[in-house]
Amino acid sequence: MKKFSVKTIVAIGIGAALFFVLGRFVVIPSPVPNTNISVQYGLLAFLSVVYGPVAGLLIGLIGHALIDFSYGWGIWWSWVIASGVFGLLVGFTSKATKLEEGEIGKKGLIKFNISQVICHVVCWGAVAPALDILIFSEPANKVFTQGLLAGVSNAVTTAIVGSLLCVAYAASKPKAGSLTKE
Amino acid sequence: MTNLFNYIDRSSPIHRLTGASKLVCLLTWSLAAMSGFHTPLLAILTLVSLGLFKFSKIKLKDVSFMLGFTFVFMLLNNLLIFLFSPEHGVTIYGSRTVLFKIAGPYVVTAEQLFYHLNVALKYTCTIPIVLLFVCTTNPSEFAASLNRIGVSYRISYSVALALRYIPDIQREYGDISQAQQARGIEMSKKASLVSRLKSVSGILIPLILSSMERIDTISNAMELRGFGKDPKRTWYSGRPFAKGDWIAMGLCIALLIFSFILTAVNGGRYFNPFM
Repeated sequence: MKKFSVKTIVAIGIGAALFFVLGRFVVIPSPVPNTNISVQYGLLAFLSVVYGPVAGLLIGLIGHALIDFSYGWGIWWSWVIASGVFGLLVGFTSKATKLEEGEIGKKGLIKFNISQVICHVVCWGAVAPALDILIFSEPANKVFTQGLLAGVSNAVTTAIVGSLLCVAYAASKPKAGSLTKE
Repeated sequence: MTNLFNYIDRSSPIHRLTGASKLVCLLTWSLAAMSGFHTPLLAILTLVSLGLFKFSKIKLKDVSFMLGFTFVFMLLNNLLIFLFSPEHGVTIYGSRTVLFKIAGPYVVTAEQLFYHLNVALKYTCTIPIVLLFVCTTNPSEFAASLNRIGVSYRISYSVALALRYIPDIQREYGDISQAQQARGIEMSKKASLVSRLKSVSGILIPLILSSMERIDTISNAMELRGFGKDPKRTWYSGRPFAKGDWIAMGLCIALLIFSFILTAVNGGRYFNPFM
């Protein structure tokens, strides 16, 4: 098995803690009753870009499982796994983004958003419903509608929160080659 | 942290089991419950799990809030299933016994009701076990148990870090949120959805940037102490297995095998009383 760097391990731990706190305590009521807007996916997308796909996978899995544990409603494996897969996919698709070097720009933002929308559609439109059908054999049209609604609202929040985070983080890092020799 | 994960410290045979064996039991039990739709088995599991609850000296009023929450969730889910697909039971069980009609496509059939019973039983046989696990396992033992059942200690340590830093991050979030609200950020329903999302970002950015500094600090500290050098690691809260642990794990694994055999003998995942 490949060894993780210590930094990745810590990033997974703190990332999962952040994911948990945002998912559990930051409640933004949406216009649709009984559904809240999940800000944590913006965070997850951002962390996967910075720390890579494996970190994204584990932050999603651990964070989501802890949320389910603390509510005590049983672990919703289908959705926990979908959260992890989302982190993994975003990490893979945005490898080229050079956040650490302080660059994001318009092109990077557009790329980030296209990849996160596709990943949301795959996770909530395919992975989560498929697992729901497999485990609970729930009716297909119900789970796909549910998944699609969740996917769209998550994609919108990720687009706003995730992009703002990327810009703010890039601005806090010194640009590569910003030093000049006198 | 205690009230966050609802750990209740009492003395009972279930509390005395090690976290690792309880985790094995939780996983095998939920796998057994998830794999099939065999109604009598699910009903028996529900009764057994309620019995275990009694055994663990956790009182109903300790968990009543969580139970209420889950109950509403279950009702909503069942309602949604019926709204979207009133004939789902008919397609699963292959027969149609109409009981009465409501309106339009919404016809109540015995098969549909039976399917809903199964969905409800799936909740009722796993939720007491999850609650039991949450209430009787000390969070600090959790990471040690993950490592014990074969998860690499690096990943287990991430879980331990997450549990350790949740209260800190929660406090920091509260501080930043109050500071920003004092500066005029609107978080209530008065603001529009988009502006609320933007104001949340106003809290998130300082929170996350400071957490990333924290990541650097902790990983430097761990690296200085040589974390990850050795292939193994011991845990402060890890305990050796006792006799009770082997019995509990043996029973749960037997249950899982039994549920697989039942599926094979039954010739499918569904127990069908209509044929």
